[in-house]
Amino acid sequence: MIDVMHQENNKKIISFLLSLFFVFSILFFTSAAQSQQPDDVSFNEVASQLAGAKLKQVAAVVDQLTQFDDEQLLPLLKAMLEGKLYYEKKSKRLVFAEILEDKTINVDGVFDENSIENVKKNTLRKVKTNNRLRSSIRRSVAQITLFSGGIAVRKKAIKSMFDDLSKENVTLLNKLKETEKNKKVINLINTAIAIADLKSSDVSLRVQALKKLEGNLEPVVRNEVTKLLEKDSDGNYKEDALVVSTASKVLQSIEENVKFYGYLETLFFGLSLGSVLLLIAAGLAITFGVMGVINMAHGEMIMLGAYTTYVIQLLLPNNLALSILLAIPAAFIVSASVGILIERGVIQFLKGRPLETLLATFGISLILQQCVRSIFSPLNRQVASPEFMSGALEINPIFSITYNRLYILIFALVVFFLLQLILRKTSLGLNVRAVSQNRDMAKCMGIRTEWVDAMTFGLGSGIAGLAGVALSQITNVGPNLGQAYIIDSFMVVVFGGVGNLWGMLVGGFSLGVLNKFLEPQTGAVLANIIILVGIILFIQKRPRGLFPQKGRAAE
Amino acid sequence: MKKLVAACALSLMASVTMAADTIKVGVLHSLSGTMAISETTLKDTVLMMIEDQNAKGGLLGKKLEPVVVDPASNWPLFAEKARELLVKEKVDVIFGAWTSVSRKSVLPVIEELNGLMFYPVQYEGEESSKNIFYTGAAPNQQAIPAVDYLADELEVKRWVLAGTDYVYPRTTNKILEAYLKSKGVASEDIMINYTPFGHSDWQGIVSSIKKFGGAGKKTAVVSTINGDANVPFYKELGNQGVSAEDIPVVAFSVGEEELSGFDTKPLVGHLAAWNYFQSAESDANDEFIEKWKAFIKNDDRVTNDPMEATYIGFKAWTKAVEKAGSTEVDKVRPAMYGIKVPNLTGGVAEVLPNHHFTKPVLIGEIQADGQFEVVSSTEEVAGDAWTDHLTESAKIISDWKDPAVNCGNYNTETKKCSGQNF
Amino acid sequence: MSMNMLLQRESLLSDSGSRWFLSLLAIATAAVFIGNVFIPEGSALHVDTYTVTLFGKYLCLALLALSVDVIWGYCGILSLGHGAFFALGGYGMGMYLMRQIGDRGVYGNPLLPDFMVFLDWQELPWFWHGFDQFWFAMIMVALIPGLLAFVFGWLAFRSRVTGVYLSIMTQALTYALLLSFFRNEMGFGGNNGLTDFKDILGFDLQADNTRISLFVISAAVLAFAYLLSRSIFLSKFGRVIISIRDAEARTRFLGYKTENYKVWLFVYSAILAAIAGALYVPQVGIINPGEFAPLNSIEVVVWVAVGGRGTLYGAILGAILVNFAKTRFTGIFPEAWLFALGGLFVFVTIFLPKGVVGFFSERKNKKQNNKAENVAEANS
Repeated sequence: MIDVMHQENNKKIISFLLSLFFVFSILFFTSAAQSQQPDDVSFNEVASQLAGAKLKQVAAVVDQLTQFDDEQLLPLLKAMLEGKLYYEKKSKRLVFAEILEDKTINVDGVFDENSIENVKKNTLRKVKTNNRLRSSIRRSVAQITLFSGGIAVRKKAIKSMFDDLSKENVTLLNKLKETEKNKKVINLINTAIAIADLKSSDVSLRVQALKKLEGNLEPVVRNEVTKLLEKDSDGNYKEDALVVSTASKVLQSIEENVKFYGYLETLFFGLSLGSVLLLIAAGLAITFGVMGVINMAHGEMIMLGAYTTYVIQLLLPNNLALSILLAIPAAFIVSASVGILIERGVIQFLKGRPLETLLATFGISLILQQCVRSIFSPLNRQVASPEFMSGALEINPIFSITYNRLYILIFALVVFFLLQLILRKTSLGLNVRAVSQNRDMAKCMGIRTEWVDAMTFGLGSGIAGLAGVALSQITNVGPNLGQAYIIDSFMVVVFGGVGNLWGMLVGGFSLGVLNKFLEPQTGAVLANIIILVGIILFIQKRPRGLFPQKGRAAE
Repeated sequence: MKKLVAACALSLMASVTMAADTIKVGVLHSLSGTMAISETTLKDTVLMMIEDQNAKGGLLGKKLEPVVVDPASNWPLFAEKARELLVKEKVDVIFGAWTSVSRKSVLPVIEELNGLMFYPVQYEGEESSKNIFYTGAAPNQQAIPAVDYLADELEVKRWVLAGTDYVYPRTTNKILEAYLKSKGVASEDIMINYTPFGHSDWQGIVSSIKKFGGAGKKTAVVSTINGDANVPFYKELGNQGVSAEDIPVVAFSVGEEELSGFDTKPLVGHLAAWNYFQSAESDANDEFIEKWKAFIKNDDRVTNDPMEATYIGFKAWTKAVEKAGSTEVDKVRPAMYGIKVPNLTGGVAEVLPNHHFTKPVLIGEIQADGQFEVVSSTEEVAGDAWTDHLTESAKIISDWKDPAVNCGNYNTETKKCSGQNF
Repeated sequence: MSMNMLLQRESLLSDSGSRWFLSLLAIATAAVFIGNVFIPEGSALHVDTYTVTLFGKYLCLALLALSVDVIWGYCGILSLGHGAFFALGGYGMGMYLMRQIGDRGVYGNPLLPDFMVFLDWQELPWFWHGFDQFWFAMIMVALIPGLLAFVFGWLAFRSRVTGVYLSIMTQALTYALLLSFFRNEMGFGGNNGLTDFKDILGFDLQADNTRISLFVISAAVLAFAYLLSRSIFLSKFGRVIISIRDAEARTRFLGYKTENYKVWLFVYSAILAAIAGALYVPQVGIINPGEFAPLNSIEVVVWVAVGGRGTLYGAILGAILVNFAKTRFTGIFPEAWLFALGGLFVFVTIFLPKGVVGFFSERKNKKQNNKAENVAEANS
């Protein structure tokens, strides 16, 4: 018995020593002879060394692995990229691990068919990667998938080669060019080859390449061309005169484009900020602008909308897109009901005392904040973005529009026009306008003013809830969400002209754009201050805002 | 509700048992207002440590008794509550404060009344009070090693120093700027940007970072962006297609607790530098995490760096009290120097004569599950109260043990000790 | 004619509220003073320095509430930005105290405050000059907020920005100042503000004697401000102010330039708030941009509403009551405090539109009326 155990132990020690030797030899090999094809070891053997390896060893092993042309290589590398490659602590068996929503883990053997469900997490260890390793893996994956992947994959692969246009890569690209049909991909290949040509020893080839690159907006082109214009310590150009003159011409055309698209980008940023301002102010324009109620709890209505989004996402964890779409009506209903409750419970008793409603609603805002803190904890909650709202629409290499901002811009405009429609075309809208213009007269005409008040307040609060859905996609969902926006929303409404929806639209967008054009010059902090002071002075000059409401209702 | 009852019971206890057979531990963390998010956790940590110590039989044969007050994230109130703890409650030690301004507010009171406070958060340095022990990281225990990691491991050549506009980022960035320049980084390769608290529209700034990083050199962002502004910042980075592999962000104020409010998918691979991560592998840590989850009765709660700092501070204090055989500040303080307590990452924290601690620096990469994976760790680094990278500060040293100095801000040029409140 | 009658009937100390309030203030101040200075520590009647400082703080906040009541209760101008003037006054005092530190800062720089030294400032910004002189600092404490109030009020009242709009604008004003003072480049210490003060006019700020003196001065200033405000509202100027509150258009039609009256009252109120801030800072030992937070200003309004606006002592009572409750409750129920505060707002606005003072005086009036009726009935 003892003997057996002894033998076991010996075996263990020997295998340990062997593997140690193996790792060292790999390290030696990789450093000594990078390109040597390792015929003597199998892919599986090398890959098994990933289990339990330190970060630096992992890098060496991966380097070694990419020399193989094995069909397991791609899934292995991809799993490493996604952080799904694990090994079992005891057996050192490499596995692909799938961590499910309910935190159970299923594993699949990398080299065997042995898959186990419901594994405990502490029996597994992750194969370590870091940023640097991942980017080198990604480059390898790009080269492997250059001929196989879809258009987007091929484009990505080519772009990842921009930094490393070695001879082999250029031949690879030339080979791809022969079979490639997609025009955009071909353009990208041409760019890559031209960049490689910039470093050729032939002057005419360099000039030719430069001409090809004219107007090309890839950042790498700009960097490479700028490099051609470097001067030596005596202030003379290092390059040939012809190359220099062509390069400076090319650079100038690039710079002009960059400047133009820079303006366009800032404009979009401004419009996007404006759309957020529009959304947060739209509800207030109803409660404050139409009803004349200073609703300091407006920010908390927005917050409720955002928390509704969070709750719906909790209920539908596997379908983000649907949860966001469902959150829109849900948030409206939740905020609107709370709004109606506030109106019936508090505000209706304070008719004609606007300053008191201000205080009372401020008290309500404190209560709502604390409610949320008690129910959801004071920590921020995470709301994920669905696939269709992540990433950006790339118009060219230096100008892209992020989808979430784009959708919010569209959403804001849709909400705005729906609101206009409700106020102009429905009977509720007619009643609302009638009550806001002359309450007593409206009452005489048989309008149930109390009902209209409740509905109006509900509508305003509901729209604030919609703003909350949008904000949950760009910022924190936490108890302080509302406070952060309350002053901004009042500013927009007052600036645009109380009771004037179009004024609010123009006001919101112009404040957004102004802010974004100021920001690069003054910094974010000062831009905010300048705009605030600007609004204060503007209101002193024109107390009724940009587009004052006309007629008797204005008094 | 349970918490309410507990808090009520605690404060009742505090007012009933006024007898001298207990050792009173003041807890000065905001339980309401903006800082409650972070500080409530630390209050609970101290309560857990006290409960633990009492279960072991207390200290010097006496039970420890917590006195919890709420400074409500209001800076003047911090000073008032500190005075209340020292004058009215006559506590023997205080664990408290988070923001720099709250510490600055408390400092004159603690010095005047000769109290003893443990401050558990990473901060900008430039301070060494006789009556405060700084258990969090000084800049040389967080910022500089993080930058070294980026420069050596990721070969970063271009730097964006982005921060919220307050003292900690300002000072840290000043130090880093000087440090980077001393390492030969040209000033056009450093971009510094400040934003207000809670900044939420990062479009323009991220776009300019992207442009800055597109200049052909490896670029990284060193972020001292505070709290709420982080979520929109990372979201914007993700949406504009800036991945951790293109432009890694190393953050000094984003820990496990902050991450629990993030959607971490767009953050994976970005970095943080701390002296502790929950994922650190050591027996002490496993035990601590287990205890914490049992104490707070929630399996989803995480641990973080300021909690470890609180832990170290508490352990060091109990050891010093045992060594001194008394809780008197004038006896405990000298007993503190040189005390070694095991930290939670498998090393040892030593109390230095400048009232800082030795701490290892860990660099972690954010994972999809909201935890960090440690990609680099250093030996214990001695905390430096006065950085060597700012001209005025370089002249100053702190040593409370050496009788020739015996001062927190001794100017080595004028040989004078300035700015004492006693 | 009737004005004269009124003046005769209501002299400075004719109403019972004022008499009560002033005597209470005097007794409390004297009690605290004696309890702190003459009764030895250990005695049950001893008042410790902690309590003295706490009461000193309450008195400063009461003065701030008074300043809000002056314009809101008597002129109907609801300022949601009075914290701005309070904080500006505080910064004025803070700058003086900072300069007093001199070369006793941690870097030993004789001219620059510490926060400037380690952020590499080379010279003192121009607006810091002169603040080493107490008289200059005190002039600035009143002048800067007064000037700001004048410019803001002059622009706003002349364009007839009133009511809600004005409230929102005052809030924007204090918010803009909050953001500005948070900026480190402004040279006011950013988020950390000004702290670590050593002494005032040569007296050690941490000495018990200095603290009790500051407390007594605060009480005296509050009493003085109270009497001054009362005499203003008993004067012709005050009568016009009250008529503006009740019917501004009519007052204007009678030929009064109402905007001028409002501007001067606004300036007066701002200076009161600034003085409160200047007294507050040496007692709490720190001033930072947090004081500009819009929330703080709104809270002040609530104190006034709770106490009862339109009666000067009501505002003071409200400030002390709410703050006392805050000190007590935040310790015991930190989570319930916001519920309580929020509930208080709603309750007071709906059920106690005239505040605590209004509630009791109404009941008293009712009783008197009842009595009078009873007497009348009995007589008949």
